[in-house]
Amino acid sequence: MDFFGGINPVILIATLMASAVPILLAALGEAVVERSGVLNLGVEGMMIIGALGGFVVAVETGSPVIGFFGGAVAGALLSLIFATLTQVFLANQVATGLALTLFGLGVSSLGGQGYNGIKPPATGQLLPDALADLPVVGPILFGHDWVVYFSIAMTAVLWWVLKSTRVGLIIRAVGESHEAAHALGYKVNRIRLMCIAFGGAMAGMGGAYISLARVPQWVDGITAGAGWIALAIVVFASWKPWRVLIGAYLFGGITVLQLNLQVAGSGIPVEYLSMAPYLITILVLVIMSAGRKANGAPAALGQNFHASR
Amino acid sequence: MKRRNLLAGAVTGLLLASGASFAQGMDKVKACFVYVGPIGDGGWTYQHHQGALAVQEAFGDKVEIQYQENVPEGADAERVLTQMALGGCNIIFTTSFGFMDATNAVAAKFPDVKFEHATGYKREHPNVSTYNARFYEGRAVQGHIAGRMTKTNKIGYIASFPIPEVIMGINSYFLHARKVNPDVELSIVWAFTWFDPAKEADAAKALIDQGVDVIASHTDSTAPLAEAAKTEGRVIGFGQASDMAIPEYMPTPRVSSIIDNWAPYYVKRVGQLLDGTYAQTDSWEGIAAGEVEIGTITEAVPAEVKAEAEAMRDAIAAGTYHPFTGPINKQDGSPWLAEGAIAPDSDLLGMNFYVEGIVGDIPQ
Repeated sequence: MDFFGGINPVILIATLMASAVPILLAALGEAVVERSGVLNLGVEGMMIIGALGGFVVAVETGSPVIGFFGGAVAGALLSLIFATLTQVFLANQVATGLALTLFGLGVSSLGGQGYNGIKPPATGQLLPDALADLPVVGPILFGHDWVVYFSIAMTAVLWWVLKSTRVGLIIRAVGESHEAAHALGYKVNRIRLMCIAFGGAMAGMGGAYISLARVPQWVDGITAGAGWIALAIVVFASWKPWRVLIGAYLFGGITVLQLNLQVAGSGIPVEYLSMAPYLITILVLVIMSAGRKANGAPAALGQNFHASR
Repeated sequence: MKRRNLLAGAVTGLLLASGASFAQGMDKVKACFVYVGPIGDGGWTYQHHQGALAVQEAFGDKVEIQYQENVPEGADAERVLTQMALGGCNIIFTTSFGFMDATNAVAAKFPDVKFEHATGYKREHPNVSTYNARFYEGRAVQGHIAGRMTKTNKIGYIASFPIPEVIMGINSYFLHARKVNPDVELSIVWAFTWFDPAKEADAAKALIDQGVDVIASHTDSTAPLAEAAKTEGRVIGFGQASDMAIPEYMPTPRVSSIIDNWAPYYVKRVGQLLDGTYAQTDSWEGIAAGEVEIGTITEAVPAEVKAEAEAMRDAIAAGTYHPFTGPINKQDGSPWLAEGAIAPDSDLLGMNFYVEGIVGDIPQ
């Protein structure tokens, strides 16, 4: 069942599901933020703060689960700086978001001093070996750590919340027309602030997954641009949770696949393999959203709101 | 004389005056370093920064150190270099291959500033020097250990960019593994990055999933070792650029390492600038000069293999053994080095081919 000499598709799928988690979590969070009309370009900064926060908490408490919450809290705290600046002081969202990334990278580099070269407590497989050792379905469905399941569950929850609940309707209203939402009596800036904090927590958790499970160690600059990929996926996925999942899995999957193809000596030129994750992810998501209505950005995206009237 | 010419003349005069002062030495030098990654990467950039700190240590008040981390290779590098040159740096060390063109471009505009480019080959202006270390000597030792230690006969190499420095390392690693284990096969993964821990870990995982049990990496972080550590001793690897002697990764997966020791070179060059003996150079030192060191070989390696590896290291240091000694054929079977011939440096510095036995093509 191997192809190209040594690639086992079961291991490949199992690997891509884990490998996509950081981008998936961060992109889901950012999708909610953008649906509420806020463009936060600080995803990379929030991820790396989460990566450090999660790592430090996990190492100090010895519990990876508490570590993930630490990462989420760190990401949310950092995002509150952005929220305060853009929602209270009405600062430009693009500039503030970019500054947040720079700030996050700097703070994490400073705060991470002394945490280099430490191994965090392991995040193990959630379900018993009896299930994970089943052929084919075992590794793909049952062999993961809890965060993988959490990320898929969050996709479903967010899809449902945004589509079918009152909360989702309010978030979307705020993002499509903050004037109208305000006229209906909703506290636009407060709702956005909560969305931003949620996005920060998700990005922080995604970052923590890198430092606690993907790489398991702390290195300066560990996210290495994952936040920007997440931002791009949100746009190409038309701000829809399931498409975000497809985008993240495509990107993660093709990244893993191209590395495996290289190892297996597939004969496909490496330069094509290296660009494949970017090209194919964009292509698929663009084709999916082509020719349909209601795929546009939230109408109030990036605009600040001030309740002057 | 037009005003513009007058100004140009004045500037030239100033430059000449300041240029002349170099010959007589300087009272105080501002030494600047441009890093491609963060100083906390635990590898490449960390080692360069250790060299910078050694300069400070050696000269104290007579030297001011400035550095910038995470400088992307490309247009941004030119901006950073220009800022440094304008900011009063007397000597600027650019510590990654990809800074080559930016270094030469900015050097043309600031003839009174000395530029030192690591691992490159372009010295287009008299104020540009290049320096490098003979990493391939360390790769030979690693290859020997890899060939002797592998149980699956599959060894791996996480490569960064297809440049001579990396290709040299791959060839040296493979040649010495094959020499002690004729059945060994080498899998190469091109990560196309110097520093991306998640991707480096993914690359290591891809190698491990396909049965590779010895991994060498040419990227800058400790992530491949972290991935190997998940296999509970089944897979071993090496510290790259820095010792990476992390207690949790020893005795395995980190069984040895290549350490880049830039301190002697940095101290020497800044010292020459201070005492006025500075001149343009093209420096390429290895194990013999202490610029490349082999990190402790752990007890995970059998004593016999360890002794062989150390003997090879010592032979290279003594100059009695060169890792590229013929007969060696190129990948297509055409002869490169005849029996007993030693590779000339020019062949190594422009290396753009695999040696015989390696499968796959070098990306363009």
